[in-house]
Amino acid sequence: MTINETQDELIEDFSFYEDWMEKYEYIIQLGKELPLIEEQYKQEQYIIKGCQSRVWLHPEFKDDKIYFTADSDAIITKGLVSLMVKVLSGHTPKEIAESDLYFVNQIGLQEHLSPTRANGLLSMIKQMKLYAIAYLNK
Amino acid sequence: MSNYDITRIRSDFPILKREVNGKPLVYLDNGATTQKPKQVIDAIDHYYADMNSNVHRGVHYLSQISTDAFEVTRQKVKDFIHAAQLHEVIITSGTTHGINLIATCFGQAFIHEGDEIIISAMEHHSNIVPWQMLCDFKGAVLRVIPMDEHGELDQAAYANLFNERTKLVSFTYVSNALGTINPVKQMIATAHQHNVPVVLDAAQAVQHIKIDVQDLDVDFMVFSGHKMYGPTGVGVLYGKEALLNALPPYQGGGDMIKEVTFAKTTYNELPFKFEAGTPNIEAGICLAFAIDYINEIGVENIKAYEDELFDYAHSRLREIPNIRFIGTAEKRSSVISFLIEGTHPYDVGVILDKLGIAVRTGHHCAQPVMDQFGIPGTIRASLALYNTKEDIDALVSGLQRAANMLL
Repeated sequence: MTINETQDELIEDFSFYEDWMEKYEYIIQLGKELPLIEEQYKQEQYIIKGCQSRVWLHPEFKDDKIYFTADSDAIITKGLVSLMVKVLSGHTPKEIAESDLYFVNQIGLQEHLSPTRANGLLSMIKQMKLYAIAYLNK
Repeated sequence: MSNYDITRIRSDFPILKREVNGKPLVYLDNGATTQKPKQVIDAIDHYYADMNSNVHRGVHYLSQISTDAFEVTRQKVKDFIHAAQLHEVIITSGTTHGINLIATCFGQAFIHEGDEIIISAMEHHSNIVPWQMLCDFKGAVLRVIPMDEHGELDQAAYANLFNERTKLVSFTYVSNALGTINPVKQMIATAHQHNVPVVLDAAQAVQHIKIDVQDLDVDFMVFSGHKMYGPTGVGVLYGKEALLNALPPYQGGGDMIKEVTFAKTTYNELPFKFEAGTPNIEAGICLAFAIDYINEIGVENIKAYEDELFDYAHSRLREIPNIRFIGTAEKRSSVISFLIEGTHPYDVGVILDKLGIAVRTGHHCAQPVMDQFGIPGTIRASLALYNTKEDIDALVSGLQRAANMLL
């Protein structure tokens, strides 16, 4: 599935939820299901510090593609992290670097990407793209 | 409280009528900033519509009336904190500005390599970083008064921190993260026994506690307008006359000079020596209306009302399973910091926001405090004179709902 196909699928998934409660319950569920990052990667080097919550992100380069694993200490952030991982992981550096994450707006979660939230999510997306650009230039 | 007309008070604050996310706003983030009564909002409007002009400069009519209005604020501040003299009141842009001013000017005049500055373990970043910057610049040493598990400063350890190199002490009156009210009068007296002046951060105190700078015998005190129902971008630095006169100016510019030639500039007298450039005029003028508003109700009445609400909030919050209060000092004011065990403050804050409830989550610009308690942050509900038991009830049911979703 392409990055945009995954995004479109998520947009459709979320369209079933009528109110914020259901939407957040789903995100919390996703957060609880996110495969944890391996403990060895949960260290300073892979941490993305937000003012409010922290995110760990580990990239692995395999067969010309980047695979991300990630975690967060806050469950809603973790749910959102899992959405980002779902959309971007397993794609080529070029695809990741050039991606436009329009699904965030469409499912009404853009507030979590606001710098004032300081939850580490915005920095995580930036970091994912930076990894992609770094591999692109190798 | 029978004579406390909460209905009338609430009707003075237009924003309290609005909804957030389809729910009536419950505003419990007053430690970050308070809402403004219409008396202040109208005054800002009136300033721009009717009197806008620069202060301390023109002979023309508008400049005269805006200067007069600006100086009314100085007088009201003087009375509000019971300063001995008008020119001991410096109008700043806020608490951070005030602390940086003292750190810079006192540092230039009196801090040398190896000197020591004492702060406390519960300070806001704005009462840590300026002193660290000064210490780095001068090769001075920062000493920290330790805090116990209740969030109370260790007074014996504090007394032992003094030595012949101690040059300045700076601490907060009320902790923004824990609500602890420090025994500041006694702490100031301790510093004075060693002939060391004290800077008091009153940003979380002036709106809740009656302050008399002469009774406290404090040397410098700083606070912000926006946390006391006034406009953003204005604050106060109080300093004893002799100390302020002993300091060099802060910023150079207009208004702070007596005479300028390329050979030499002589500086203006207090308070103008520390008020370079055009100030935030409308905020400066309108702070007077916030002070009037507080005075009309009376700080003691406000404190009694808020204390009763504080106790009510504690007893209601105890109903929540897994709640852990952070900061259990015997004397506290208006700030309740807590966690729900097994949840992250951020997650709780997001859900409360969806319910129209504004609290602050995170480290509250006091990371060392969070580190000491070994937590990433807290949920902080902070009260103001317009909050009600209904606000607390909404918070409690919001927290119960958040706990149900997250646990």
